[in-house]
Amino acid sequence: MKPRTADKIATTLIVFFALLIVGILVGLLGYILMRGISHISWDFLTSAPQKIRAGGGVGPQLFNSIFLLFLTLLITVPLGLGAGIFMAEYARPGKLTAFIRLIVEVLSSFPSIVVGLFGLLLIVNYFNLGFSLISGALALTVFNLPLMVRITEQAFRTVPKQQKEAGFALGLSKWKIVTSVLFPVALPTIITGTILSAGRVFGEAAALMFTAGMSSPRLDFGNWNPLSPSSPLNPFRPAETLAVHIWKINSEGLAPDAVQIAAGASAVLVITVLIFNLAARYFGRFIYRKLTASKRMN
Amino acid sequence: MKANKSRIEKHHIEDFIGRTYMSFCVTLLIVIIVSMVYFVASKGLSTFISGTTSVSEFFFGTKWSPDGDTPSFGALPFISGSFLVTLLAALIASPLSICAALFMTEIVPGWGKKLLQPVIELLSGIPSVVYGFVGLSVIVPLLRNIFPGQGIGVAAGALVLSVMILPTITSVAADALSSLPQNLKESSFALGATRWQTISRVIIPTTLPAIMTGVVLGMARAFGEALAVQMVIGNAPFVPRSLFESASTLTSVITLGMGNTTMGSPHNNALWSMALVLMLMTFVFVFLVRLLERRNKI
Amino acid sequence: MGATATASKNSFQTEQLSIFYGTYEAVKGISLPFPENTVTALIGPSGCGKSTFLRSLNRMNDEISGSTSKGSIWIDGVDINAPGTDVIKLRQKIGMVWQKPNPFYKSIYDNIAFGPKYHGIKGKQALDEIVESSLRRAALWDEVKDRLKDSALALSGGQQQRLCIARALSVNPQILLLDEPASALDPVSTGKVEELIKELREDLRIVIVTHNMQQAARISDYTAYFYLGSLVEHDKTEKVFSNPENQMTQEYIMGRFG
Repeated sequence: MKPRTADKIATTLIVFFALLIVGILVGLLGYILMRGISHISWDFLTSAPQKIRAGGGVGPQLFNSIFLLFLTLLITVPLGLGAGIFMAEYARPGKLTAFIRLIVEVLSSFPSIVVGLFGLLLIVNYFNLGFSLISGALALTVFNLPLMVRITEQAFRTVPKQQKEAGFALGLSKWKIVTSVLFPVALPTIITGTILSAGRVFGEAAALMFTAGMSSPRLDFGNWNPLSPSSPLNPFRPAETLAVHIWKINSEGLAPDAVQIAAGASAVLVITVLIFNLAARYFGRFIYRKLTASKRMN
Repeated sequence: MKANKSRIEKHHIEDFIGRTYMSFCVTLLIVIIVSMVYFVASKGLSTFISGTTSVSEFFFGTKWSPDGDTPSFGALPFISGSFLVTLLAALIASPLSICAALFMTEIVPGWGKKLLQPVIELLSGIPSVVYGFVGLSVIVPLLRNIFPGQGIGVAAGALVLSVMILPTITSVAADALSSLPQNLKESSFALGATRWQTISRVIIPTTLPAIMTGVVLGMARAFGEALAVQMVIGNAPFVPRSLFESASTLTSVITLGMGNTTMGSPHNNALWSMALVLMLMTFVFVFLVRLLERRNKI
Repeated sequence: MGATATASKNSFQTEQLSIFYGTYEAVKGISLPFPENTVTALIGPSGCGKSTFLRSLNRMNDEISGSTSKGSIWIDGVDINAPGTDVIKLRQKIGMVWQKPNPFYKSIYDNIAFGPKYHGIKGKQALDEIVESSLRRAALWDEVKDRLKDSALALSGGQQQRLCIARALSVNPQILLLDEPASALDPVSTGKVEELIKELREDLRIVIVTHNMQQAARISDYTAYFYLGSLVEHDKTEKVFSNPENQMTQEYIMGRFG
């Protein structure tokens, strides 16, 4: 075959396969939204599921997903910041740093089901927290922490090192430089990364089946006392999330409209992830513009 | 100044607080990983220590009948299922991903990246239960119509997984390709080589270790993925003889069995042994990635 | 050479100061005095150690891992290069400005007020005063007084550099270290910064690294010529530029190498 012909064929194939991937995404999103969106209504989003009758909603599951995400971020963000700052600003090249880097890599590579099993063993059974929101949040922390460490480390590494020097020359302590000079500059990147990781947490199911549980007690949305067992805010109650719910009705759903509910719930999940993605993208651009637009005046 | 030397200054306190906080976070990372390895390993080894099943019986036994009169815990069906879907998924996804990466960096570097970057990000953001749901409602019926069997099986699992690992391989490969020095390509073009000759003789060989890193990372994700595979693979405990027959993976059998067995029973212990295999495979994947990264540096 | 190694009050000088990166000796046993109310220019070809030397004067090299030093830096009779020195407190006394303007990603006001606030100045009025006086000393006040709340990044390069000088002045240092402060600026801004350096000499000692021979001649009282980590020549600037003792110095100043 002539090189020119081979070149043409290869280029065509590459373009074809690349566009095929675009097609897969469009098909996926189109399918999920087409099938699911007709089932989404205010009633679907707010009412409780039905076991064997049609017409159930995903209200408690949606609430659980959001609340669990909030709890997880509440625990993960401070921890991830601390370890990430250490890796970016304090860790000197050496055995300890290499070891911590390896830990972060291994932790982020663990299958989420293994993280869930670890949660079952340690948090649910050993610490006796049972199937609960707090167990789920702690398992998701294990799952999300390595990512948060990386996001923080990378964000701090993008801050020009002259910022740090300026702080040192003013006689500031290193910690003050980190918190008051570098952190504000790194913050936009950290927020963008956190929003993206939040999307991942929101859709996670395998780590939650054996920690947050696969059932949701009857919730009384008029009761906001976090200690009451029927309160939505009680962190010690079991909490099936939206993603877990989708899995459950697909494998053991008895309601006659189980497939429609799965489709509707999938659409809700995908739309949420889309919103997270767009928010991260928009926020990143907004900050970028804010930081650079002012420079155009030169 | 000399007199001040031993006095505790404000900046000493700040740095102390900062260091304490960071040490806490980093220590927690270490505690998490150590306790994870310890708990999963001690649970997973109990199968062998208690003597219900020997190591060779577990790894090479093909008979899985935990509830029979003489229970037998051969995990080969699941181990082989996991490896099979992982390898197939990598075989399907790798060429597609490499094409996508070439499209973004070599064919149309401008809008190719603008088009595919968000596509890749969205694909990686879609939750695995949603992949499972779409697999169950699109891919399985499709396979059922074209091939013999019920549609469920290794082929369906591999197809779903291949879409899930596309983003991982593509983004790593695209990073590798775009970090290639410009003059390498230019010198090849200057010799009169076509684009395809340049890609196949210069670009791919130079970036192969990096691309392989992406493939291994994708395989790690596929190997550990639980719910999406469980939903489409059929979950029959047999060593797969055909791609279109019901089969199982390590993750799928754990997902289904863990909730229905009592802690400490031989059946439950065997599931933990499989979790241990998953964990050890994670170490293997991380090790492979490191090995490839080292080769990439030279 | 004018180095007299006495550790008296009101002195600022180095004594046999050496800086190492690993085993590489970047600065080789330099003794250099910086008299009060003078500008000392450090000149020499790239890689001669002048910037490393400058950065060691406020122990900035401490922040680079693998960097070590030997010898002494005397300030007011105290060796600040001795182990156990409170480096962070020390740096308040020594301001520094770099080649590339590096204002904080904060407002103009906060850029100046940040340091003093950290060092314990309280009250809006006191801070306002410091901001105004620092900006006035850096000849920037008139240009920015109506937009103190704007981002410092909105200023032009030359303004940013003067803001950095104002920021360094805000904590009232005795010594100002300048690392090629004008090399990234346009001629007009360069002129302003040079003017400023001459005025600031009234209150502090200034050490400046520069690649620009005319600039060194224009603004400095003393000039030190570095080559391969060693001090080749140090004398009054007129002397160095009109009648250098060393052949190498002459060739460098005439622009034959470097």
